[in-house]
Amino acid sequence: MYIIGKGITRKDAFEKVTGQAKYTADFETNEMLHARLVISPYAHALIKNIDMSEAEKIPGVRAVITGQNLPLTGEELQDRPPIATDRVRYQGEVISIVVADNPYLAEQGAQAVNVQYEPLPVVNSPSEALKPDAPLLHPKLGEYKKIQGVYPEPGTNIATRTKIRKGNWEKGCAESEVIVEEHFAFRPSDHAAMETRCSFAQIHPNGMIEISSSSQAPFMIKRLIGQYFGISTGKIRVNTPLVGGAYGGKASTQLEILAYIATKEVNGRLVKILNTREEDMLTSPGHIGLEARVKLGSTKEGLLKVAELTYLWDGGAYSDKSIDLSRAGAVDCTGPYHIENIWCDSLCMYTNHPYAAPFRGFSHSEVHFAFERTMDVLAQKLNIDPLELRNKNAILPGHTTPTQVLLNSSTVGNLPKCISKLKELINWQEGQIKDLGNHRVRAKGISCIWKTSTIDPNATSAVILIFNPDGSINLISGVIEIGTATKTILAQMLAERLKMDVNDIHVQMEVDTLSTPEHWKTVASRGTYMAGRAVLAAAEDIIRQLKNIASFILRAREDDLEVGYGKVYVRDDPKTSILIKDIAYGYTFPNGNTIGSQIIGRGNFVIRGMTYLDKETGAGRPGPEWTVGAEGVEIELDLRTYTYKVLKAVAVIDIGKVFNEKTAIGQVKGAMSMGLSFAARETFWFDDHGSVLNPQLRTYRPIRFGEHPKYVVAFVETPEIDAPYGGRGVGEHGLIGMPAALANSLSTALSVNVNYLPLIPELLWKIKRGEK
Amino acid sequence: MPNPSAKKISVSLNINGEMRQVEIRPIDTLLYVLRHHLSLTGAKPGCLNGDCGACSVMVNDNVYKSCIMLAIESVGSAITTVEGLKDSPIQNAFVKHFAFQCGYCTPGFIMNCQALLLKHPHPTYEVVKEWLSSNICRCTCYQEIEEAIFSVVEGRVGGTSE
Repeated sequence: MYIIGKGITRKDAFEKVTGQAKYTADFETNEMLHARLVISPYAHALIKNIDMSEAEKIPGVRAVITGQNLPLTGEELQDRPPIATDRVRYQGEVISIVVADNPYLAEQGAQAVNVQYEPLPVVNSPSEALKPDAPLLHPKLGEYKKIQGVYPEPGTNIATRTKIRKGNWEKGCAESEVIVEEHFAFRPSDHAAMETRCSFAQIHPNGMIEISSSSQAPFMIKRLIGQYFGISTGKIRVNTPLVGGAYGGKASTQLEILAYIATKEVNGRLVKILNTREEDMLTSPGHIGLEARVKLGSTKEGLLKVAELTYLWDGGAYSDKSIDLSRAGAVDCTGPYHIENIWCDSLCMYTNHPYAAPFRGFSHSEVHFAFERTMDVLAQKLNIDPLELRNKNAILPGHTTPTQVLLNSSTVGNLPKCISKLKELINWQEGQIKDLGNHRVRAKGISCIWKTSTIDPNATSAVILIFNPDGSINLISGVIEIGTATKTILAQMLAERLKMDVNDIHVQMEVDTLSTPEHWKTVASRGTYMAGRAVLAAAEDIIRQLKNIASFILRAREDDLEVGYGKVYVRDDPKTSILIKDIAYGYTFPNGNTIGSQIIGRGNFVIRGMTYLDKETGAGRPGPEWTVGAEGVEIELDLRTYTYKVLKAVAVIDIGKVFNEKTAIGQVKGAMSMGLSFAARETFWFDDHGSVLNPQLRTYRPIRFGEHPKYVVAFVETPEIDAPYGGRGVGEHGLIGMPAALANSLSTALSVNVNYLPLIPELLWKIKRGEK
Repeated sequence: MPNPSAKKISVSLNINGEMRQVEIRPIDTLLYVLRHHLSLTGAKPGCLNGDCGACSVMVNDNVYKSCIMLAIESVGSAITTVEGLKDSPIQNAFVKHFAFQCGYCTPGFIMNCQALLLKHPHPTYEVVKEWLSSNICRCTCYQEIEEAIFSVVEGRVGGTSE
């Protein structure tokens, strides 16, 4: 390999360390207006009256906007008013937008809007939502517009139900000699990206709507706003500069809708909305919660025979992406194991909690927490080594997934190899638990993982390559640079294919939907796969064009030519060549005659053979391949205080092919850190009224410097034939196993079943005392 | 809440070695003035509550969270923002060690590291931990930032980009 696999410097590096990198909120003009939101302090209430008169009197306040006559929104089921009118369903829901000359005046205006509420009883968990006498959050559930594959159950709080019926459940139970059943729960939490969401919008005199937003999905914003408001998509232009952390949270379309509504109310003037941290955590969508029941049956030797699963997702007040999240939780409803008989019901529940956006791993860390904990419980009951139990049941080519996809050596990675490498790296041989004396123990916990993507079956990605006169190339892709360095990887792929200097590839970091070809959404660890294939297709397109021009000049057939090292040359006589820069804009003969012109390469890609899931059995092909991995942590726990430190965290991922060692390791370690933070400490603390008690970073406290363990990352490389250079998705996978591995280590250390998150000392103490 | 009609006053701020005349309200934070009046957008808003450190700048070689410092308090002091650093060892170390991903917290971390290194050219791990735990990075696992700062301490990264 020429440049693939090397840890080259990121294309965005120098902009980012000098403060020159621009994020959405960094753009400001003098004539820009600023908006502030009025949000509900109640999780569930009727809105009795909104008095805007005081706010409207403030000089400099240009509009006070309420929600009459707005369409319902929602990506799969249109259940969400962008601005609440008669009822609020979660704390933080938008009641009004105040637009003013500057942020101070907007804030003053927002505080002057007087809203009267009549509080209603709240639904404070998904299991409460399921009760027959639970308050009905969406009485008109049966009337909402929806897309294919969404099955709301009117008269209940179930936004959709995904069923997996694989094999024969009764047969699986009959063949099971040992059965375990465990229950799990954790509350919603947040992505806490350091950049709070920001959007600004204007309507140009020609009617063109221009929106700029910190988003993973500018092309989806264009489609959804077009759909909701009945506007042709060509009349909507969306810009996204660099994004300051996303982790799925910026894949939802929310603030952009408000920015559009705001600009419409002030005759198309430019209006900016920047979330405060509190709004970013409450009003904009967060990380989904879950209640789960996992029942596993196996033979005495530990061969899994049946899995019976119920997942109740805490989708919050509106279903937006949580419908898809609950579906993804069903797609990979088990760990990465060969199980012939699976019965799963995955329900997206309405509650009075902040609603959900995708979160890195897209339901997989959540499901794996429940499933992989239960695997440890089963191992204990069978008296089998937990790693051995996993190895024995590992998913292999020839097996089928819960949605009945038959796997081959390309579509699934090599799990046994990952397990064996983990065993070595975490020094499994020395034992899972060690008494250090003085009330201290060390313990290890593990989890295996897998994930495919569940993106729309017709999601596409396209790339344009444009030559500069010096022979360098501008690479334009709709992938958003959210921190993953995907665009650096795309440049490496192109450099590899053209055997050229990666410094001669100029990557356009920003996305402008007017001029950038679409990449559906920058989600699901599919950037390198889909945009990578588009890059390679575009490279073939320019190679063909270069050869075409060169064939005239070199007097050779096109198929006798090669492209590389800045030249087009004759294969058996490389000295007969012409520099690419001399033909990138066509070729001019000595007399002035010119053939060809600026070469533009185009490439696009759609994943082959994706299908929707069958309503009754869940059968279908949701994604192209499954990345697998084995992860573990080692902790040291004080048995008196229940405080612990994570000493070491290990992840072995079958990445298919490492493109850039530095960024690949960085993605996995960063994801592991986020997974440990989610597992160990992150949650929204709700009171009895459904209010979040900690919507700020002082009381919602992610891992900080110095609290990090030693991270160890290793890769297995089992290529995926359809992927560029064989690479598999890897942006999320480090996170997926961390919650289960940490809970397994603590369960081992304390000899109890720790089935709740976050894993704070108080929880451990309560479980040990039998109080939870 | 700030009174939007509060009278503006003219002050002169020493920023990155230049004297800059700005019309500010006495209640304007330093972060607000840097970003909205001076277009120095390297310092980022993250919480406006002193919790995340994305807005960190140096004032007389000490690190401050500019979201909870009034601009008027910085009159007469030398303010350094990330835009005032050029080709510094810590910036180059961040590049070399991939100590950023999305880059949003990076200016704050870099300014914190810079102030730390000025005060403690050879800090212990505990000192680094005490200083850097005031900033949040959500993308990296912190190990990269740890490697970056210690590579400067150990003189492994110089002032010229490689």
